[in-house]
Amino acid sequence: MGAEPPVKEPSPKIVIVDESPIRAAILEEGLLEAGFTAVVHIREMQSLLSRIYAIDPDVILIDLENPSRDILEQMFQVSRAVRRPIAMFVDQSDAASIQASVDAGVSAYIVDGLKKERIKPILDLCISRFNAFAKLQDELERAKSALEDRKVIDRAKGILMKLKGLTEDEAYVLLRSTAMREKKKIGEIAQSILTASELLK
Amino acid sequence: MSTALHIGFIPLIDAAALLVAVDKGFTKTEGLDVTLAPEVSWSNVRDKLNIGHFDAAHLMAPIAIASSLGSGHVKVPVVASFNLGLNGNAITVSPALHAAILHEAEGDPFDPMVTALALARVVASRRRSGAAPLTFGMTFPFSTHNYQLRFWMAAAGVDPEEDVRLVVLPPPYMVDSLANGQVDAFCVGDPWNSVAVDLGVGHILNFVSDILPRAVEKVLAVRQSWAERNPQVLAALVRAAVHAADFIEQPENRAEVADILAHPQRMGVPADVIQRALAGRLKIAPDGTMHEDKNYLLVGRDGAARPDPAQAAWLYAQMVRWGQTSFSPAALEAAMAVFRPGLYDAALGRRPGGTGLAASGLADNALADSALADNALGELGPVDAFAGPRFDPRDLQGYLTSLAIPPRQHA
Repeated sequence: MGAEPPVKEPSPKIVIVDESPIRAAILEEGLLEAGFTAVVHIREMQSLLSRIYAIDPDVILIDLENPSRDILEQMFQVSRAVRRPIAMFVDQSDAASIQASVDAGVSAYIVDGLKKERIKPILDLCISRFNAFAKLQDELERAKSALEDRKVIDRAKGILMKLKGLTEDEAYVLLRSTAMREKKKIGEIAQSILTASELLK
Repeated sequence: MSTALHIGFIPLIDAAALLVAVDKGFTKTEGLDVTLAPEVSWSNVRDKLNIGHFDAAHLMAPIAIASSLGSGHVKVPVVASFNLGLNGNAITVSPALHAAILHEAEGDPFDPMVTALALARVVASRRRSGAAPLTFGMTFPFSTHNYQLRFWMAAAGVDPEEDVRLVVLPPPYMVDSLANGQVDAFCVGDPWNSVAVDLGVGHILNFVSDILPRAVEKVLAVRQSWAERNPQVLAALVRAAVHAADFIEQPENRAEVADILAHPQRMGVPADVIQRALAGRLKIAPDGTMHEDKNYLLVGRDGAARPDPAQAAWLYAQMVRWGQTSFSPAALEAAMAVFRPGLYDAALGRRPGGTGLAASGLADNALADSALADNALGELGPVDAFAGPRFDPRDLQGYLTSLAIPPRQHA
């Protein structure tokens, strides 16, 4: 169940420029839940400006890993290629907001005229969703590397069991005590056993 | 005790003095512990410098000026006390546009006036036949590439806003965009011109060093407030960069420099492409034709590293000319004050009456005085160009109104 839109005026048109479909989906879902119903995701960077002009958004959100950010800067320029100049939602008075959005890895551009109090909730939501995505990705990475470590340790245990006639528990204890003595991770010791056994084959 | 610094850069050859200063340990010798952060857009570099994520940055010279004037974005005064490079850009065109320009060229095609006039004829004939206007890619609204393209074509009467389209493209997308016909040409620094030629999708038409023999390109930029608080650290950083620039400019070091820059964490392109740009000897056509200009890219040679406020004035004049800002004597002065030859001299102990920063008494609020002193020195270098009236920073409006295409009104 989506909440009521925060204001009675029609929902501002929001474009999300992000090559990551998962992150964009997380953000879009958050915006929809908060009552911002007009959200378009642009994934394809070709002809970015003409797509944006066709959509004619009030707000553009772009991730900072995207080189196309520089293309958006062109929208501030008065020229024939640019229909209506866009101002960026950063002014000197809002240092905390800028800091938080750069930290989260996102930047917002708003079309001249949209009131500041209307952009603030959008940006805040965007920052928190970007941070949530980063945390998720971080956890995923850690889970992945833990799984990798587990595989390496299992193989190293196998080698020790075979070469030294140890039980599985004894092999693990040997790995762990070596790691403690050398102030290294068990995964690192296991990896060096694998490397050594490759070399000695 | 070493000072930790975060410095942002875009992976381009003209970041060489910064990258070599760190990777060869010159910054360490100066007591600096530098972390280099590669970035994907000039907007990111600018914003992260502005808000203090970066202490210093490899920054396009016009962005440093725009940031100091508050043009196009928030106003954060920035100072540049070291030029990372002069020149280094080229205009690369699609094979089709290359053929069309050569067909219309009357004279030496290495002469940028010959190619600009040929472009004017190509533009006129496309208009007659109802073809779409040619599209030129450049890197940023406040970029040397934007101004250099405009300066070149306008000299032959091609109006960059009426007769062609200019669009911003991130450098890594330039080559693909040329290959798939999104743009007909682009102006960018290396490695991208060479990459386009190597892939057979582009011809290097002109080196920008043939259009403007000494054009400031990237600077080592810091916030003015940071410079005021950390004069010794800035001086140490400048010394390390000067050391690196001297190292880079020794031909016997070129292979080592190219290897340093080629590293995946730095530029991640083949070392031989980097060597070509450092040597100023570039493959300009897919058939292997070479063209050489020893001034293709200057990293510290011939006084290239010392900031020249006249160069800042020239860039400011381009902003006024193309309607990005309106002229005011105060803004001109502020633009020129971004470039600080006095800080460069002080870092090297060359300031008259002093042997280094401490002796020069250059601390805290002395920075503003030194900017004035810099401009009062009256030792502005000439800003030569392949065409147009002589550039005079003292008579900017006279210069602008005597151009073939007069300045735009700032909206």
